[in-house]
Amino acid sequence: MSITALSPAKMSMHRRRKVVNGAALTLSLAAMSFGLFWLGWILFETFRLGIGGMALAVFTEMTPPPLAETGGLANAIFGSALMVSLATALGTPIGILAGIYLAEYGQRTWLGRITQFISDILLSAPSIVIGLFIYSVVVAQLRSFSAMAGILALALIVIPVVIRTTENMLALIPNSLREAAYALGTPKWKVIYSVTLKAARAGVITGILLALARIAGETAPLLFTALSNQFWSSNLTEPMASLPVTIFKFAMSPYENWRDLAWAGVLIITLGVLALNILARVLFRNKN
Amino acid sequence: MISTNSGGGPAPRKRRAPWADTAFSFAAHAAAWITLALLAAIIASLVIGAWPAIREYGLSFLWRSEWDPVEDQYGGLVMIYGTLATSFIALLIAVPVSFGIALFLTELSPAWLRRPLGVAIELLAAVPSIVYGMWGLLVFGPVLATYVQQPLQSAFGDVPVLGTLFSGPPVGIGILSAGIILAIMVIPFIASVIRDVFETTPGLLKESAYALGSTTWEVVWKVVLPYTKSGVIGAIMLGLGRALGETMAVTFVIGNFNQLDSLSLFQAANSITSALANEFAEAAPGLHQASLIYLGLVLFFITFVVLALSKLLLSRLKRNEGART
Amino acid sequence: MDTKVELHSTEKIKLTVRDLNFYYGSFHALKHINLDIPERKVTAFIGPSGCGKSTLLRVFNRMFELYPEQRAEGQVKLDGEDVLSKKLDVSLVRAKIGMVFQKPTPFPMSIYDNIAFGVRLFETLPRAEMDERVEWALKKAALWGEVKDKLAQNGSSLSGGQQQRLCIARGIAIKPEVLLLDEPCSALDPISTGKIEELIHELKADYTVMIVTHNMQQAARCSDYTAYMYLGDLVEFGPTSELFMKPKKRDTEDYITGRFG
Repeated sequence: MSITALSPAKMSMHRRRKVVNGAALTLSLAAMSFGLFWLGWILFETFRLGIGGMALAVFTEMTPPPLAETGGLANAIFGSALMVSLATALGTPIGILAGIYLAEYGQRTWLGRITQFISDILLSAPSIVIGLFIYSVVVAQLRSFSAMAGILALALIVIPVVIRTTENMLALIPNSLREAAYALGTPKWKVIYSVTLKAARAGVITGILLALARIAGETAPLLFTALSNQFWSSNLTEPMASLPVTIFKFAMSPYENWRDLAWAGVLIITLGVLALNILARVLFRNKN
Repeated sequence: MISTNSGGGPAPRKRRAPWADTAFSFAAHAAAWITLALLAAIIASLVIGAWPAIREYGLSFLWRSEWDPVEDQYGGLVMIYGTLATSFIALLIAVPVSFGIALFLTELSPAWLRRPLGVAIELLAAVPSIVYGMWGLLVFGPVLATYVQQPLQSAFGDVPVLGTLFSGPPVGIGILSAGIILAIMVIPFIASVIRDVFETTPGLLKESAYALGSTTWEVVWKVVLPYTKSGVIGAIMLGLGRALGETMAVTFVIGNFNQLDSLSLFQAANSITSALANEFAEAAPGLHQASLIYLGLVLFFITFVVLALSKLLLSRLKRNEGART
Repeated sequence: MDTKVELHSTEKIKLTVRDLNFYYGSFHALKHINLDIPERKVTAFIGPSGCGKSTLLRVFNRMFELYPEQRAEGQVKLDGEDVLSKKLDVSLVRAKIGMVFQKPTPFPMSIYDNIAFGVRLFETLPRAEMDERVEWALKKAALWGEVKDKLAQNGSSLSGGQQQRLCIARGIAIKPEVLLLDEPCSALDPISTGKIEELIHELKADYTVMIVTHNMQQAARCSDYTAYMYLGDLVEFGPTSELFMKPKKRDTEDYITGRFG
């Protein structure tokens, strides 16, 4: 008798196991395809409808009134670029320093544990609440919406992202590298600054790029801080247009010229965010 | 300090800027404290801003459903319900799909496909929510209306419970729409965390299960899943936390209509984030604004609890991993 | 390399390996292995790191099939049937040929459920019979006395040596015919190692045991037959006492006397 022959009862149990296995694996393939399907559909429509609304005017003309013949998103694009870069510049140093604290000073302290805990919660906290916070602290006090408020709100989102990536990247650096530097008599700050941080540089920069990509697409924190502005403005004390808020306003409207511009804006944001993500990945992989 | 030598070695070193160590350490510690202070400040400002409403309604705000800026009467039930219902639907769809994707990535996928697919899932996570919202409203909504809502309505319209769920204008907005779009948004988050969690299972443990004659599904269901149990739950709670706090993906399609008369999934409704997005900028300081901030406080509290639990569960998995040899 | 099999004429042969070649990708890891494994005896595989002994062991229960870049060519026959054949369901093969690994791997469940795990894959037993089977397997693995009052406790609450005996009991519970032990004591302290070596001595009454070990003294203590491998070749195979006292090949003698390895 074959070594793998089984009694009929056991055979049917065995057959059932194989069927269940096959079904489970098929379903998991289906789930994977399901996920890819949505990604494909969303990207496809974004490209299709976005390209339809694209023109040189999008980059050169201001946001138009409803039903106007011409118009673009120049002030919104500029506003987003300005606010996003300033917010990143503001939030990154704090994020890196706190990340350095977590990886180099505070590994086993209560302050370290709590900071890491809080930072991770802020990372996933509703961004609209951040907007509310800045509203209460800045906008209500100064009695006006301003680009500065928007920048502060975005910076608050940058900080936990940069903390997390900086800490993770520094933790990956082997202790033997630090010990070698200490053995030469290097003071602690120099070990961190010139050795550890430098070794983790690519990863930290990746983190900054990812934070940038994240806030480039954020709408909620700007809704009641920077508000929006029909015209070109580079005044940080006044409301400033941004791409996401403009899209929000235009997309929900019944006007076709506004909706076309909204799609163009969505395309620009999607391309920008994807490009930043891919750049971050390539940078990280090349360094490693 | 290194003492001098006679010929051939490096020059004696002087300790430059001994304050640099203190300053750097201070800066790093300060940054940590700033992070803590931020959380405290957020909570404080929310409580202060919501105070007029808290004083007026107390906890009954959570189950009052009138929302009338004209009469200055407010209650958060409609928004809270909308937030919870959309997140529930989102998880209902996202959890099995994410589990399937993680299973595929860890067990089924050929090695060369693993990374590109992983990258594709992570790119899906990077797409800004406003893209989902707009796509949801202008592309998906009409499709949902024609191919899902209308057929469901004609099929179940007269059935007692289901009929109520599927009543209302099938135009592609409402809690169901918002829930589905939210699901698509959180799938990549949950899937990549579950995948990372599955990958912590020691290879030898899986081989032991195979060596007893298990099929791939049995190894995952009976060994990997129990081993990574707390991590998987942590991942799901992380997705829930994101879903609860999501604004743009929900606001576009939920309908922004403060009603709870009908429990229909197709009827326009409201969530905390969409109410804030639509009403806050124009709300006059006073009870209206305070009520909206009260809603924000409730949302922050709920997401804080969910995310804290998620973090605890995920770090428990990491600790167990270390404890085992 | 062709090795003449040196078994006493009274030995019954359980497994035969004919012209087995194994590849990791393009790397030729096992070269033309020919071998007969005697029934109900302990056969040890020794050799320096990288010689292919674990690789060979993992061919017997088709463990290599989990990894697409690994492949085996040749025949491995259990009681005359080629276990490598695709026609045989791999789960059923593994039910007949069990394996214990270098590190103890208790499943994240109670001791009882660990033992019952394999049984539940193939049979539905009523509670009373399952209890009996669990007790039987634990007794056979010399663990029953130590755990009979705490069967509901998690498997990882046991000490390292106990966990490894748990894994052995788990493998025995499905009543295999062959037991593969891949360096089972490498993660254990000397006392636990001793207990397991005693256990192996008892197990061979019922099972054909193959053990891979990097510890020559263990091979000398525990096994009836020993195979010496080097760089993918089977250099020598014979009764343990002969291989260690009077090795036939110079290479074997060099390894055993510690001239290299």
